[in-house]
Amino acid sequence: MAYSDKVLDHYENPRNVGSLDKNDPHVGTGMVGAPACGDVMKLQIRVSDDGVIEDAKFKTYGCGSAIASSSLVTEWLKGKTLDQAYEIKNSAIAEELALPPVKIHCSVLAEDAIKSAIADLKSKQGK
Amino acid sequence: MTELRERQPIYLDYSSTTPIDPRVAEKMIPYITEHYGNPASRSHSFGWTAEKAVEEAREEVAKLVNADSREIVWTSGATESNNLAIKGASHFYSAKGKHILTIATEHKCVIDSVRELERDGFTATYLEPEPNGLVDLEKFKKAIRPDTVLASVMLVNNEIGVVQDIEALGNICREQKVIFHVDAAQATGKVMINLENLPVDLMSFSAHKTYGPKGIGALYVRRKPRIRIEAQMHGGGHERGMRSGTLPTHQIVGMGEAFRIARIEMQLENERIRKLRDKLLHGLQDMEEVYVNGDLKHRIPHNLNISFNYVEGESLIMAVKDIAVSSGSACTSASLEPSYVLRALGRSDELAHSSIRFSIGRFTTEADVDFTIQLLKDKIQKLRELSPLWEMFKDGIDISKVEWAAH
Repeated sequence: MAYSDKVLDHYENPRNVGSLDKNDPHVGTGMVGAPACGDVMKLQIRVSDDGVIEDAKFKTYGCGSAIASSSLVTEWLKGKTLDQAYEIKNSAIAEELALPPVKIHCSVLAEDAIKSAIADLKSKQGK
Repeated sequence: MTELRERQPIYLDYSSTTPIDPRVAEKMIPYITEHYGNPASRSHSFGWTAEKAVEEAREEVAKLVNADSREIVWTSGATESNNLAIKGASHFYSAKGKHILTIATEHKCVIDSVRELERDGFTATYLEPEPNGLVDLEKFKKAIRPDTVLASVMLVNNEIGVVQDIEALGNICREQKVIFHVDAAQATGKVMINLENLPVDLMSFSAHKTYGPKGIGALYVRRKPRIRIEAQMHGGGHERGMRSGTLPTHQIVGMGEAFRIARIEMQLENERIRKLRDKLLHGLQDMEEVYVNGDLKHRIPHNLNISFNYVEGESLIMAVKDIAVSSGSACTSASLEPSYVLRALGRSDELAHSSIRFSIGRFTTEADVDFTIQLLKDKIQKLRELSPLWEMFKDGIDISKVEWAAH
């Protein structure tokens, strides 16, 4: 399969790989996908008291496009407010990475991971 | 750097196909350029020269497997040989019964030939092998029915390299008066085959897995006791009516030379390849959570099939693009399904997806193996650092017990 240069770049030099302390009240964790489907994404965000994402980390088990999608969103998330983060659409991820149609689900998964991380943070903070 | 990128990957996919040995290619060339006669032409020296070359090659193919050259029928390859043997013999002897016995891990061309017979009114059993890939003799015996006409079992599996006990399986077939076909495409030049003693009625061969050209193969059809088959290709009555079509002299000469070299060099070559394979195995087993697929003892030395747990198959293939290997991953197959062979061994989808088949051959060097070990170690480590599943495994979480959200 031919990958775009952007996918290859993120695959070979993934940004923001790692983990944040999931027990930290300022950290939201999203884990989406399933091993049997071939993709699992873990996305974590640390949010300041005024609601701005200060840091984002990911780990992904999946194909090159899944790794690139999650790597890309960690870059996009930093500095955004939660509301802005919620507005990130899978179509924007797919467009930026020039994903072929069979890999669109990777961008959908990345969007789900963002929403899941925000929901985790909000439930932690009782909002 | 550019130079490095443009370099060809290291070839470790000899079970897919082998390069033609230069000695074979050299022997073939005159039969394209000078001796172009039709071996069936009886009226001039062009034909006689070609016919002589064809018969010498037939002799060489027969010698490698200790058969009579009159038992060798030329085909276009092992796929055709398997089709001809399975459909040809089952139809010829269908008065005896219409049940076929084969193994779930056979090559697709065997499975699909049997499926075609099912559409034609036959019934079939696809026996599951044991988790090590080997056929249990008792289960095989029990699967034979009074109406079983033919059984087909491969000698060496193409994905996991395991070697079946053909002698014992053949004896069971003899006792039950079942015709026994063996696909030996992956076996020639790798394991000793002595058809004078083996209770096998039909055996399929391919040239291009043994350093010969693509597009040529053979079917062994036993003479004593005589096995009859219905032709699948009709025409000029070549190959005693079993397979019509002008014989491709240069291809046949290539197969003959490839099999001659295999007979002479097999023993030494296998020792050398075994050392390389063992080195590769030990190098990779340095890592945690690697699983060898298929029995290691009853296995050709050329094959190593390994699953790397917690690493996704497609990203693994992307990571090892400097070596040419095959993968059990869906992403690299035409059917988009993970390896049905590994699934039949009871491997999970994840492990089947993250498998790599390394197959070593005549031109593999120790430096190739060293490079491969280092490459795999680096890349697996990198992908595992990226893998949330590896992190969970390291934290002692049983991933099979996690409830995953469906997507």
